[in-house]
Amino acid sequence: MRITLKLFASLSVHLPAEVRSRLRVELDVEPGTTVAEVIQRQGIPEGQCAIVLVDGVWLAPAERAGRVLSEGEVLAIWPPVAGG
Amino acid sequence: MAWTKNVLRVNLAAGTCMQEPLNMDWARDYLGQRGLGTKYFLAEVDPKVDPFAPENKLIFVTGPLTGTMAATGGRYSVVTKGPLTGAIACSNSGGYFGAELKFAGWDMVIFEGTAPKPVYLLITDGKAELVDAAHLWGKTVWETEETIKKQHQDPQIRVASIGHAGEIGVLYAGIVNDLHRAAGRSGVGAVMGSKNLKAVAVRGTRTDAYQIANPDAFFTAVDAGKKALAANGVTGQGLPTYGTQVLMNVINELGALPTRNHRDVQFESAQAISGEAMHEKRPTDGKANLVTNGACFGCTIACGRISRMDPGHFTIKDKPQYQGASGGLEYEAAWALGAANGVSDLEALTYANFLCNEHGFDPISFGATVGAAMELYDLGILTKEEVGFELPFGSTEAVVKLAELTATGEGFGKVIGLGSKRLCAKYGRPELSMTVKGQEFPAYDGRGLQGMGLAYATSNRGACHLRGYMVSPEVLGIPIKMEPQATEGKPAMLKAFQDLTAVVDSSGLCLFTTFAWGLSDIQPQIQGACEGDWSEDRLLLVGERIWNLEREFNLAAGLTAKDDNLPPRLMKEPAKTGPQKGAVSKLDVMLPEYYQLRGWTPEGVPTAETRTRLGV
Repeated sequence: MRITLKLFASLSVHLPAEVRSRLRVELDVEPGTTVAEVIQRQGIPEGQCAIVLVDGVWLAPAERAGRVLSEGEVLAIWPPVAGG
Repeated sequence: MAWTKNVLRVNLAAGTCMQEPLNMDWARDYLGQRGLGTKYFLAEVDPKVDPFAPENKLIFVTGPLTGTMAATGGRYSVVTKGPLTGAIACSNSGGYFGAELKFAGWDMVIFEGTAPKPVYLLITDGKAELVDAAHLWGKTVWETEETIKKQHQDPQIRVASIGHAGEIGVLYAGIVNDLHRAAGRSGVGAVMGSKNLKAVAVRGTRTDAYQIANPDAFFTAVDAGKKALAANGVTGQGLPTYGTQVLMNVINELGALPTRNHRDVQFESAQAISGEAMHEKRPTDGKANLVTNGACFGCTIACGRISRMDPGHFTIKDKPQYQGASGGLEYEAAWALGAANGVSDLEALTYANFLCNEHGFDPISFGATVGAAMELYDLGILTKEEVGFELPFGSTEAVVKLAELTATGEGFGKVIGLGSKRLCAKYGRPELSMTVKGQEFPAYDGRGLQGMGLAYATSNRGACHLRGYMVSPEVLGIPIKMEPQATEGKPAMLKAFQDLTAVVDSSGLCLFTTFAWGLSDIQPQIQGACEGDWSEDRLLLVGERIWNLEREFNLAAGLTAKDDNLPPRLMKEPAKTGPQKGAVSKLDVMLPEYYQLRGWTPEGVPTAETRTRLGV
């Protein structure tokens, strides 16, 4: 199945170079794949995943290993950032 | 003691500058900067005063940590009655001006009356004089700063000035120091202009201006604080690298990015105007918009953006003054100039932001007012004939043109300079003004983030994100994560944020430290610098006292609980897309609890018991 992975700010280095400026990549993953598995597969340091949203909904660190992704969902991740 | 204990009182009508001792009883109750300035203001000014009358006063005020070695200790505030809102106005700025004022030996400058002709105040340590500013009137902020430095042959003079916008009374004109740091909101620059005061120029060389009460304790706390800022992912890496602008994509993904005058909550081109986009090399000249980051006095975060535009961009092709590096887009400015109007040209937004800095007006209120005008145009209420050109959502040319016209008060820029509330009232559609108490919203939708909606409605200076930044818990998980749509616990969290923020704003520190610091990090720094008891409990009481003092001013000025409200759009029109789809603000659920927690009556008035407890 296909999901969209969006990696923002300094995490974009974990995207393939040719799509890095778009901050997103479409990924084919096995049904049953969890958020934590995608994070691990892309080589993103877990400690750098400060904001993790699935279709815009916050996912706490403890929920990432149990959250199974569905076809078409958008997984968006940021390192520690803030503004004002 | 970290206060200089000196107040400079400037009577603009009489042309006098008098030194007087700081009221230390008030300093102990209100700390400094926002709190202490507001205390002085309330003691001296009738809340019903016309903001542009000579009887209104304008106070520049530092905090006890301003000009010390505490990280970010360079802030000052400007307190007055705001012409945009009719409420208390308190606008905070960084840069180097505040610290310089302290080095010259002053905690505070109080301006009263109106000068018969344009003047600027020149402070050189203990000496202060009003100087003729006929040659500066009509000049931009950038020209004014350069001229004053050359005139006095001292490049180290720090200048806070108004541009043309402040002179002509743009209701959201700001005061700009160090070229692109601003006391930007609520129209404090328009009040300065009404007083014929063009600038405050200060040079401070005193090493004995103030004393640190307990140097060992202070430097131990300061050192620990700096280490905490460096080690924290947000203040150590995120903010210096991407600035506040990194929020553009976060808030858009979350479905809380107000777009096209809050018609929408997501902007399809958010990425094109984001912090990440500022790092990307342009196809036109191969260079990135962002040149480097920048820091204010004593700051170890350095969130500021320094940008250089594409010199071939249509907005600046023949204008060399905009082709150098200058203050770039922060999140709020990029949102207001961009998403609020549906505009996605990063270079054009940078240019409009340069104009805001150069001419001294608030990009948030300006951009949001343009958004309202675009909606009126879209509805056929405003016409091309009236505006002078077409004004559809998404028009880069229109935003740029209106920024130029607003800066100079020409054409339709005169109307835009009145702000969204007066614009929409003028055309018979007041409900389309996205404001609270007459001040335009910043970059978070009060439907998508329920706590921010409550924060806007209750902010003492009108819609503002900096009085209680509920984005921290609702989006960033700082200090704990709260669901954006939940209402439970939000009034209590907001009250805590508002009181703590009032403390930080009164100390001389920057609010951005609180992404890494809690009160337990800030308290030892204040305690080390200031004599007396500055326990955490006492500081929170000071914060609560300041909040209530501001409230008392607004009530006496004629504002009521009816002004603690949000526009009908946020209460009735559900968010159309994204994860917050279907949401409206649940302000009516949260506000009664908020009043109760504050110790206010159901009508939003502090009870006698609350007043006694706080000594307000």
